[in-house]
Amino acid sequence: MTAIPLGVPRRLVEFTLDGQEARVPEGSTILDACRAAGKDVPTLCEGDTLTPKNACRVCVVDVEGARTLAPACSRRAEPGMVVRTDTERARHSRKVVLELLASSVDLSTTPSVAQWLTEYEAKPDRFGPDAARVDEAPRVDNDLYVRDYGKCILCYKCVDACGDQWQNSFAISVSGRGFDARISVEHDGPLTDSACVYCGNCIEVCPTGALSFKSEYDMRAAGTWDEERQTETTTVCAYCGVGCNLTLHLQDNEIVKVTSPHDNPVTHGNLCIKGRFGYQHVQNRD
Amino acid sequence: MRKRDRTPKTYTRLTHPLVRDSREAPLRRATWEEALDRTARGLAAARGAFGMFSCARATNEMNYVAQKFARVVMGTHNVDSCNRTCHAPSVAGLSAAFGSGGGTSSYEEIEHTDVIVMWGSNARFAHPIFFQHVLKGIRGGARMYAVDPRRTSTAEWAESWLGPNVGTDIPLAHAVGREIIHAGLVNEAFVERATTGYDDYRALVEPWTLSLAEKVTGVPAAAIRDLAHAYARAERAQLCWTLGITEHHNGTDNVRALINLSLLTGHVGRYGSGLQPLRGQNNVQGGGDMGAIPNRLPGFQDVLDPEVRRKFETAWDTVVEPHHGLTLTEMFEAMDEGTLRAVYCIGENPAQSEADAEQAVRRLRALDFLVVQDIFLTRTAELADVVLPATAGWAETEGTTTNSERRVQRVRKAVTPPGEAREDIDILCDLAARLGHDWKYADAEAVWNELRALSPDHHGMTYARLEEHQGIQWPCPSTEELEPPYLHGRLWSRDPGLRGRRAPFGIVRHDPPVDLTDERYPIRLTTGRRLDSYNTGVQSGGYASPLRRGESVELCPEDAERYGVVVGEQVRVTSRRGSLLAPVWVDPALRPGLAFMSFHFPDEVDTNQLTIEANCPIAGTAEFKASAIRIEKVSTGGPALR
Repeated sequence: MTAIPLGVPRRLVEFTLDGQEARVPEGSTILDACRAAGKDVPTLCEGDTLTPKNACRVCVVDVEGARTLAPACSRRAEPGMVVRTDTERARHSRKVVLELLASSVDLSTTPSVAQWLTEYEAKPDRFGPDAARVDEAPRVDNDLYVRDYGKCILCYKCVDACGDQWQNSFAISVSGRGFDARISVEHDGPLTDSACVYCGNCIEVCPTGALSFKSEYDMRAAGTWDEERQTETTTVCAYCGVGCNLTLHLQDNEIVKVTSPHDNPVTHGNLCIKGRFGYQHVQNRD
Repeated sequence: MRKRDRTPKTYTRLTHPLVRDSREAPLRRATWEEALDRTARGLAAARGAFGMFSCARATNEMNYVAQKFARVVMGTHNVDSCNRTCHAPSVAGLSAAFGSGGGTSSYEEIEHTDVIVMWGSNARFAHPIFFQHVLKGIRGGARMYAVDPRRTSTAEWAESWLGPNVGTDIPLAHAVGREIIHAGLVNEAFVERATTGYDDYRALVEPWTLSLAEKVTGVPAAAIRDLAHAYARAERAQLCWTLGITEHHNGTDNVRALINLSLLTGHVGRYGSGLQPLRGQNNVQGGGDMGAIPNRLPGFQDVLDPEVRRKFETAWDTVVEPHHGLTLTEMFEAMDEGTLRAVYCIGENPAQSEADAEQAVRRLRALDFLVVQDIFLTRTAELADVVLPATAGWAETEGTTTNSERRVQRVRKAVTPPGEAREDIDILCDLAARLGHDWKYADAEAVWNELRALSPDHHGMTYARLEEHQGIQWPCPSTEELEPPYLHGRLWSRDPGLRGRRAPFGIVRHDPPVDLTDERYPIRLTTGRRLDSYNTGVQSGGYASPLRRGESVELCPEDAERYGVVVGEQVRVTSRRGSLLAPVWVDPALRPGLAFMSFHFPDEVDTNQLTIEANCPIAGTAEFKASAIRIEKVSTGGPALR
């Protein structure tokens, strides 16, 4: 009889983090160790349900003996390693990354970014007013979600969530190269002509709000979106028998957004179109 | 033309009770007081002729109170829900084999298995997040086999697609079994130790050679052989099915035929090896577990067991009759015979979800008293004498639901319900009080704790633990420990005492669909779900899906050409029971002689006017998956469409 696989027992790795002894299970990243130690390392392209992509470079740290800075989100902790998160070199690098991103992309809906800009004394304005990489209106081509590429930092998280890491629909990809690179669906057409199945798992992982519920987009446009007034309640989806956990985001007794806990054993943060968007029936109140 | 201009019917929430002063009078607004008094009178007058339609969408707690209402207040086991129209055969089949009606595996296990068989299941559309676990398994090296008359989007991920003719699952399964036997791939140790009836089974499947099966099922012999060898040789294998297996007049037999394969190979009762029926409603598993079925008390405990009855009689201070009640299907038949005269229908829409919908409506109309408790004025509610506005189980109440992997999870109140809508449990308790039973439940947790005291399988699941573990799978008898994620590990025990009752092979025979195709009705119609819509569309019609294109009759390109019809063209679809107009959609996943429709848009195209009410004699599920139809062009310039 097959026993339940318990996995290989994981040893603890000991290394030095900012002069302190750090011990983390084998396989953990430097970022895991930083978070366990309560250190705030900025991240954008990192996602707890996705394989690290190393796209944004905002989490870089100094590893003693290494020629270049290492991305904390993907570099695994090794025994005896000496890591510093706050060297001048690391701080400067993060500052420049933040300046480049914030000058070329609209980060107004990116959580925590304002605080990081202050902390690292980043001055995105020094590149002048014409630094925007993409200058186009948000794409509103369906009733469920909006794509605002002016907010896209090309972190690839949506591509991975739509592709082989979760959804396997492959509706989203990167088109173009270099300065012309951008997230796109096939032939850069409207979503309604694409392979999109509207699961919204790309919205779930988008770090900047480039992808958002249309309800959020409309409320932001009307100036009524107010996260301070919102509550989050986790319940179970009312459709099929799979039993996906839904976190309902409510403002003034209206469901305005639906997410799913990333550590949930049923969903791992993913939903389908019905769970993500099929809530309207409860609030059709005349 | 990809999408038609259409304005689907959207339902708005019920905000106050409605009553009807006479059968002919329209529904009018009423106070709760008046509506409840009338309901109590209507139910009291029908003692002995009462049926409860409980709700597979509502919480476990509500289902517990609803079945208690039927059994204690009304003194009947006539309580059932829409599990009857979908997965009752799975429960019946699994119970017959293993003594327990739940799927034997967990989602996580399918990520760690070697062979996955998806039989009569388009999980990619109908259970998308379960299918993500399947995809993880496939990405990890598992091979998936899809068995479905349609080459679905699930089949697109398969190693091999086997497309049997509708209603030939038993010949296919028997041929797989015979091939396993003849190839010497039977798990003899398991068969000997944990099963009974193997010799009968071997004799039963012996005639089903690969070539005969090819003739009957239409699946190439080599593909059947390939599936048999892959399944039997796998270290671990998962066999999953959905309504393609159960919604037949012999659904329970179909389920037994699949279970036989797991017994033959020992693919049950181990981590990664098991049987997984995918449930169609958020709490269809829990509704049955809570006893909202006519043959089981809460905790899936047998009504016929005197020990069990005594426990409930003591707890409820009542007499629990030692016989089964009527299933949903039998209740509808009893309406015709006049032995069922009042129905309390909670959150179900049988006027549109039953096979042969016109007959269902006629029967509901003939009742002395019908009370409907729902969040919308559904077609069923329109027929009612009293309509009670309820809260939405999943977003407006506290409680629990149980999913396909037997995981009990907390449902929480997020939204304040509209108007005067009230919680199901409060309404039931108010009615119970009017009928002489004073039940006091402080909250849903109090109901749950009453259930925990009566159901050993749920005993260890306190609300606090459910929260802590993000849900717990039954059985969970201990408040300290958790059981393995799979069922029936006992079958592998060396000790016959621990092994318990051995699992019998199901001796089931091929029986083709009742609704035969002939010259007048040459096309086989099968039904199913689409990705963005759900059941009768009352819920899913409320949001603007970009994928939705309304109802259509889907044909393969060859048939579309044969009948000279094009996408979007209205055609007349006729079965032996009904006739309707529907636009054509062409789907290359179909094949000549096979058409597909969903039942998501009954207000536009009432597909269930076509389906046949040929019921599984064991589980009572109708043969939604196989009707015979014909397609006729509507002459140009003819009557206006729709």
